[in-house]
Amino acid sequence: MARITLSDLKHSYMPNPTNDADWALKQLDVEWDDGGAYALLGPSGCGKTTLLNIISGLLIPSHGRVLFDDSDVTALAPEERKIAQVFQFPVVYDTMTVYDNLAFPLRNRGVTEDLVDVRVREVAEMTDLTAMLKNRASGLTADGKQKISLGRGLVRTDVNAILFDEPLTVIDPHLKFQLRLKLKELHHRVNNTMIYVTHDQTEALTFADKVVVMNVGEVVQIGTPEELFEVPHHTFVGHFIGSPGMNVLPCDIDNGAAHFAGQRVETANDADGVNGRKTEIGVRPEYVTFSDQGLDAQVIRVSDTGRFNVVETQCGGNRVNLLVGEGAEIPSETTKIAFNPERTRIYADGWLMGREASS
Amino acid sequence: MKRASWLIPTIYIIFLMLPIYWLVSMSFKTTNEILGAFTLWPQNFTLENYYVIFTDPSWYMGYVNSIIYVIINTVLSVAVALPAAYAFSRYRFLGDKHLFFWLLTNRMAPAAVFALPFFQLYSAVGIFDTHLAVALAHTLFNIPLAVWILEGFMSGVPKQLDETAYVDGYSFWRFFIRIFIPTIAAGIGVAAFFCFMFSWVELLLAKTLTAVAAKPIAAAMTKTASSSGYELGLLAAAGTLTIIPGAIVIYFVRNYIAKGFALGRV
Amino acid sequence: MNKTVNHKAWFFVLPVLALVAFNAIVPLMTVVNYSVQESFGNNVFFWSGLTWFEEMLRSPRFHASLGRQLTFTFTILAIEIPLGVIIALAMPKKGIWVSVCLVLMAMPLLIPWNVVGAMWNIFALPEIGLLGKTLNSMGFDYNYTRQPGDAWFTLILMDVWHWTSLVVLLSYAGLVSIPDAYYQAAKIDGASSWAIFRYIQLPKMKRVLTIAVLLRFMDSFNIYTEPSVLTGGGPGNSTTLLSLDLVKIALGQFDLGPAAAMSLIYFLVILLFSWIFYTLMTRNEEQ
Repeated sequence: MARITLSDLKHSYMPNPTNDADWALKQLDVEWDDGGAYALLGPSGCGKTTLLNIISGLLIPSHGRVLFDDSDVTALAPEERKIAQVFQFPVVYDTMTVYDNLAFPLRNRGVTEDLVDVRVREVAEMTDLTAMLKNRASGLTADGKQKISLGRGLVRTDVNAILFDEPLTVIDPHLKFQLRLKLKELHHRVNNTMIYVTHDQTEALTFADKVVVMNVGEVVQIGTPEELFEVPHHTFVGHFIGSPGMNVLPCDIDNGAAHFAGQRVETANDADGVNGRKTEIGVRPEYVTFSDQGLDAQVIRVSDTGRFNVVETQCGGNRVNLLVGEGAEIPSETTKIAFNPERTRIYADGWLMGREASS
Repeated sequence: MKRASWLIPTIYIIFLMLPIYWLVSMSFKTTNEILGAFTLWPQNFTLENYYVIFTDPSWYMGYVNSIIYVIINTVLSVAVALPAAYAFSRYRFLGDKHLFFWLLTNRMAPAAVFALPFFQLYSAVGIFDTHLAVALAHTLFNIPLAVWILEGFMSGVPKQLDETAYVDGYSFWRFFIRIFIPTIAAGIGVAAFFCFMFSWVELLLAKTLTAVAAKPIAAAMTKTASSSGYELGLLAAAGTLTIIPGAIVIYFVRNYIAKGFALGRV
Repeated sequence: MNKTVNHKAWFFVLPVLALVAFNAIVPLMTVVNYSVQESFGNNVFFWSGLTWFEEMLRSPRFHASLGRQLTFTFTILAIEIPLGVIIALAMPKKGIWVSVCLVLMAMPLLIPWNVVGAMWNIFALPEIGLLGKTLNSMGFDYNYTRQPGDAWFTLILMDVWHWTSLVVLLSYAGLVSIPDAYYQAAKIDGASSWAIFRYIQLPKMKRVLTIAVLLRFMDSFNIYTEPSVLTGGGPGNSTTLLSLDLVKIALGQFDLGPAAAMSLIYFLVILLFSWIFYTLMTRNEEQ
């Protein structure tokens, strides 16, 4: 068990990176508390897997350090770091039984057979594999195999952290939910640090206590699921999390106040120090309402998602989404919409302005 | 251990190249030098041997003959193997497994067993000493191989591709030629490569089924070796020239060789 | 993949069937026909039942060449399969050297078989061949045209030279198809290089190795051209393998009956062994 610190981390797959685009990971400083359940969320190609492989030791970063508690493990090989990892596609040793698969990491470390047996049975119990211990691992279904991969991580007593690299990709949808619950339950039981990489926001938000959102090689926000939803630090977070995502609308700044579609818009933060950067306002569809006064808008489309209606409107040359409860009245064609000032924020070059003030 | 691992392939490749080097180097030597003394490389470099081959029709026609029947065989084998492989990869039908196995057993047939019956059969139907005869005889082991390789590739193509095409209103043959064949082009390349290879290297049947008109280069070599005494230089030059077509073909398919092997079904 | 039942698929197979049947069944029937008849020349034949088969199965000559054949086949399998796997394991996995290795290694496979024989013939000549001369100057009394042991050594070396690359290519194809995650998981599980080989690489190569063993078995049992050019079966009969003997009987002595009976026994032996290999190597997959 250990706290994991990533300090001044950078990585490039090229020997001599010259411009920004050559870096798979740009400037990263993250601290993961001992025993936390973290999710690493971001679109494909944002550097999540690279980061994960750096933590597990499969990759040596081009720059910066990885610390477990206070010891520097940057140069250590994976087996010396006491890390377990579950991969996107299940990895099982086909020729072995489920039992031997679970025992493999222990036997490689020279653990006595008595102890191996105790641990394997304990872990099999946790992962619901007890009934299949004698079976060939190759005959199991995808979720069974993924449980074995997980079990091989849990079986070791020396593990600092368990890393998951999109582990539910090949699992059937109805089993995904069950396995996610299982993971959550196991986290409570073993209290290990778990880092879960995914591009699926539902998986990230339901699994993790804290979510690290990444985009093009950098961390854009770390926070609880609620923080990410309520106070996105970056338009990317606003857009990526939530369905539909946050409305991001270009705006002009005049005297520290935002103007959109020719009207002044009240916001939760002010725009001091914008200095000619590209400015936008962000407001979630949940906080846009139809009202008597406000911005002129035209309803374009209504889609029913079950509990809510997503209303798409045209406003000041931009598309603005509203989320309206089931059964609420939707005005036809021309109407006015208003933004909740508490939940409307100004962003410059994508980043939230005056961050401290608003949170 | 990790650092020295390049040594193993290197030594192996040197071992592979030595006899080839010896053949090539001998082809540039005069007969006198070959028989006279042991020399590591040609002391009196000569192109005489190659000159003989390129000016004497009984030599160079051997190449033309070989290339003709190899090409006929490759085209024929792949063309008939395509629909069959499709049937094996997509459908279950009466006796399909037995048929597949029976096809493969033909790959096991020793050429020596079939040489004489082939000679009689092909003489009887009047195609003895034609390119077609050799090409047909080689289909015996090339068709099973082509079906096997193509079946592996086709099984890798999801069936949804077929279904989507039918939904889009394609007729079977239009789908097969316009969509399916381009999809498995790599597989066809690999299958054609193996057909080319096994037809090019086989000699026993090729020699038995030809006399003059379609005599392969390889057979021309054995004849010259025995009739004109010990013309090793000439033999070496002819041998060197037979390596070239193979080397060219390998170069073009180098990225597919490993893949083609992996996809065959057992 | 789920296959649909469609008996019309037979039409797709018909061209193959017609060609292979023409090539396989008619000649095979010819062989069977010869094998049960006796001829005193002039194309007059008599029914002779299974005499030829009995005679062949009892003949010391057949036993000897079958024995030589089995020795040859199992020796080359014992060398080529492990050697091919070792070379494939040591090969680079990516980069320019992969293509270089593959192209150079595949070269022996595309040389006509009699050229292979001729090449080794001159390569191994005691006086003027690189191999023969080198061995002799190192103090070995090496002459493959006169000493049976040397002939065997050369024959086996030639086959290793000729066909190990096939095993390398197959094993290599199996190796590169293993996803990186397997190696990474094994690293994290603390597996040794041996354990990685034993539990990851070998199981994943099993399928291609089955193909390798089967192909090498069938082809080495059928080998004719290379030894015929290299040693002609000699010195004496010391390297007369089954095919060589068969051709001697059939075309040399024109004893068609015994030759045909021998052909059939020969073919059956190959089928039997291939079937045994196939069943043994795929048995575990069924479970």
